Amino acid sequence: MTALEVDIREKRYPAVGRAGANLALQALRFEAARGELVCIVGPSGCGKTTLLNIIAGLDQAYSGQVTLPSGGDGRPMIGYVFQNARLLPWRTVLENIELVLRPGQSHRQRVLDLLAVTGLGDVAHVYPERLSVGMGRRVALARAFAIDPQLLLLDEPFVSLDEPTADRLRQLLLEVWRRQPTTVLFVTHDLREAILLADRIVLLSPPPARVAASIPITVPREARHDDAMIEALRRQVLGEFGESVRSV
Amino acid sequence: MIPLRLRSPIWPYIASIAALLVLWEVAASIIQSRVLPTPMAVLLVLVRDVADGTLPYHLMITLARVAASFFLALLIGTAIGVVMGRSVLLDRLGDSWLIVFLNLPALVTIVLCYVWFGLTEVAAILAVTINKIPNVVVTVREGARALSRDLLEMAQVFQFGRWKTLRHVVLPALGPFIIAAARSGLAIVWKIVLVVELLGRSSGVGFQINLFFQLFDVASMLAYTIAFVAVIQLLELGVLQPLERRANRWRR
Repeated sequence: MTALEVDIREKRYPAVGRAGANLALQALRFEAARGELVCIVGPSGCGKTTLLNIIAGLDQAYSGQVTLPSGGDGRPMIGYVFQNARLLPWRTVLENIELVLRPGQSHRQRVLDLLAVTGLGDVAHVYPERLSVGMGRRVALARAFAIDPQLLLLDEPFVSLDEPTADRLRQLLLEVWRRQPTTVLFVTHDLREAILLADRIVLLSPPPARVAASIPITVPREARHDDAMIEALRRQVLGEFGESVRSV
Repeated sequence: MIPLRLRSPIWPYIASIAALLVLWEVAASIIQSRVLPTPMAVLLVLVRDVADGTLPYHLMITLARVAASFFLALLIGTAIGVVMGRSVLLDRLGDSWLIVFLNLPALVTIVLCYVWFGLTEVAAILAVTINKIPNVVVTVREGARALSRDLLEMAQVFQFGRWKTLRHVVLPALGPFIIAAARSGLAIVWKIVLVVELLGRSSGVGFQINLFFQLFDVASMLAYTIAFVAVIQLLELGVLQPLERRANRWRR
């Protein structure tokens, strides 16, 4: 069942000063099934964040259409994990998460469970500025799951973390996602990361971005521990589609 | 204004106040005139007027006027500041008005308010409020311009709505600016209130000072001034500074 349909004809940034007008996305079409984890991979600066902002409704200056999964009542809830955690510095970790809940959703016990699962139980009453970068990202992840989203958007959420931390957070993402299945769009420039996580990889071309390839990853996630296997998959993807995504 | 920090030694303040008193005592005993009474004479007047209730009466009236115009100016100024900081068009439209009001002498506003609205309480408070609003607008507008776009986008995606965004994203970010406006506001407002009282009210510290001026009663004048400055300083230390600390407790 299709949960998300993206059909963007064109997204342009107007000229600013000396920089000319910039065509960011063109004829970009893809779909995601309900409960599917789709990784969107593309070279840096190809418009991945622009794409997520359009889907999230933050950017409405584009031509085309985005059909979101239907919510239980009215607007679908979208969880967004930004590149930087974007926590309110003047609210504690717990308050940051409780604030995004809708009136019917405020079950403190559920939030506390979520904090426990994400390993944030001890810092529930700490202000975000006292957290490490990795911890902050974890709070952002917990916040996005707290609203029980119909669609979860993640914009390179583990970039600039050391590899062991990033890997722990990837496992955490998968774990929470298994407990609360939802449709996920995970944007990254790291093909290895995409192979570790995805049901399907959508490769974007250099700007103006369009979909260069849509590659299902059929190997079960449990079998994707082996570095050699990841590397083999990576080479296979690059071998088949390397032309369009040389810089990935 | 002196920042009061925990554990900072208190003796420099006491020593400097004592030095001021000594200087005053010496000057008064050299001059030997009723235009410069000794600290003790002023203290006696202070005790007498507190005991018979006249000083507390006028002080409370002045404080009520300060409070009314202070909160009105802060509320209206913050609202205008936020709107101007967030909208380029409204900022351009409002900017020339702002410059006019910033440069309008307090005395002109006061006299005009009394001429147009009569020698009434409303006119008095309106005059002080109009004098203070532009400063609040300028300070809060800076804060509104610096609002984090990242956090506003976050609030939009997570469907905070207007009220929740204002309460949890905008106002906490503006907190330091509003407190800065409040502190400078308190200092300005009470001085203007005294002028307003002198020109068109028959109660309050300003009115009393004018009376003492006509009687050449410097001791009473100083007694009222000292009482009033002490109360304002207590508000600063007891209300504004704790509020500021509370608003900043999330900082590392």
